Amino acid sequence: MTTEAKETLEANLAIAKISLQHVRKSFRIKRNLTHLKEDHQPVSALQDINLGVKPGEFMVIVGPSGCGKSTLLDLLAGLTKPNSGQILIDGKPITGPNLDRGIVFQQYALFPWKTALANVEFGLEAKGVPRKQRGEIARKYIHLVGLAGFEHRYPHELSGGMKQRIAIARSLAYDPEVLLMDEPFAALDAQTRETLQSELLRIWEATKKTIIFITHGIEEAVYLGQRVAVMTSRPGRIKEIIEVPFESRTTEEDLRSNPEFVRIRHQIWDLLKDEVSRAQEQEKSKSLTAPGKKTAGKGAGIDG
Amino acid sequence: MAKSSSEVLARYEVEKKRAGSQPAGILLRAAAAKVQQWFRNLIVIAAFLALWEIAPRSGLVDITFFPPLSTVLKAWWHLLLSGDLAAHAEASLSRSLGGFLLALVISIPIGLAIGWWKPVAAYLNPLLEVMRNTAPLAILPVFILLLGLGETSKISIVFYACFFPLLLNTISGVKNVDPLLIKSAKSMGLSSIALFRKVIIPAAVPTIFIGIRQSGAASILVLVAAEMVGAKSGLGYLIQYTQFSFQIPEMYAGIISISVIGLILNYVILTIERKLTAWKQTYGD
Repeated sequence: MTTEAKETLEANLAIAKISLQHVRKSFRIKRNLTHLKEDHQPVSALQDINLGVKPGEFMVIVGPSGCGKSTLLDLLAGLTKPNSGQILIDGKPITGPNLDRGIVFQQYALFPWKTALANVEFGLEAKGVPRKQRGEIARKYIHLVGLAGFEHRYPHELSGGMKQRIAIARSLAYDPEVLLMDEPFAALDAQTRETLQSELLRIWEATKKTIIFITHGIEEAVYLGQRVAVMTSRPGRIKEIIEVPFESRTTEEDLRSNPEFVRIRHQIWDLLKDEVSRAQEQEKSKSLTAPGKKTAGKGAGIDG
Repeated sequence: MAKSSSEVLARYEVEKKRAGSQPAGILLRAAAAKVQQWFRNLIVIAAFLALWEIAPRSGLVDITFFPPLSTVLKAWWHLLLSGDLAAHAEASLSRSLGGFLLALVISIPIGLAIGWWKPVAAYLNPLLEVMRNTAPLAILPVFILLLGLGETSKISIVFYACFFPLLLNTISGVKNVDPLLIKSAKSMGLSSIALFRKVIIPAAVPTIFIGIRQSGAASILVLVAAEMVGAKSGLGYLIQYTQFSFQIPEMYAGIISISVIGLILNYVILTIERKLTAWKQTYGD
């Protein structure tokens, strides 16, 4: 890294809403592949992550599967702590889970015994909002995600897309400053996913939240992100951060066929493809090597 | 504009999900299905009762040991009028419900605690499995030896029989709560106590009810046998006593009473279960 780059990085970190500084995380992972014995090798999941996210920014993190994206999200959520380095929100280190960050999970994580309304109210209850106001706020956010009229449905009565809308409403309702999204649309069918992507942009513009969005979809990353951080295969590092220069995505007609869009998508794919094949090699060698043997993380990448 | 279009899309998603289950003929079809189900449920019972009436009368079985249904019902009616039946049923029910409720009050909290502290569960589980698989009736002599022939030993044996199904199901209910729900609640900053109260317990309720149903059935099963061994009242005693004194129709009347009580208890538990777990998808209908 040149000194100039280092300076801009530090400048970025200074004004950042969330900044990660030299964050490392490794853990003893229990791999219980049915036919093999458990492997207790310590695995380095994240290595020296540096990232600054500006207030109100839509930051997308994209990487191959198993690169530690979800570990990163757990760290940001405060559910686990880094082995070294620090994560700051508004300049203060993260000490644990807090309602200043809301999480949206891939599998919705709605409470099945609660109605849509009660699910959205759940976080408000945790925040200590008086009962009377809870209903009012929850209804407002259910309306925002386009599900007015479905307040009294149970999760099993909703489609996948609607469940994710409710989950988003639940996270927005307690008014976090940062929204963390862990592959939220990965379990949805393609049409629902595209609908929800543009909905999310509309909600982002309406609420002005800082969003950190994790995905393995390149197109999704370019469509949603103002900046896209590309991660390497394990141990995960930030390989490069790509600026996506579109101004107003919601008004643009068919952004996906815009030549600039296609160019950036290609650029990210070029950055990712070696990482993807390396990640796949890692998976393979992990299942083949006997427990106790070190897995070679640096196999030559096969171009895919 | 954007909002209304999103609502339309959302509604479309729901329509897609419910497609085919809305239209007009549905009510009629549901009613027909209901009738069919009742028919299916009742036809075999009716046939069985008819066989019970006909077989002894036609000499297919010995009428002395197997009196026709009408005779049994007549005997049942007499027992009811004389007040004997009520007295025996009351004795049985108070023991059965006593042991059952005691087990509810004691083993659900213990199960919640054991399930929550995973190491404790890991250590205790083998012992609990042994206990559960020891037929309660095999231990009945021990209870009689220690507690005598009175009410205490009977309520204790019912309690013992109810305790383990309840305990084990409660433990597994708590242990098997979807970790994602826990993670989600934790990310909202819930304290351990709030997490337990608002997430773990509601999520475990369906599994706990499996235990409640099992122990409800066990409470009656075990009680009748216990009453046959050493008792001066109760339906089990009635059945045993009438057999010894060759009052065969009365014996069958006792048996019918037991099975009706069992059915009612099961129905009551099921109704409560449906109320409490209405959020679940299906009830196999």
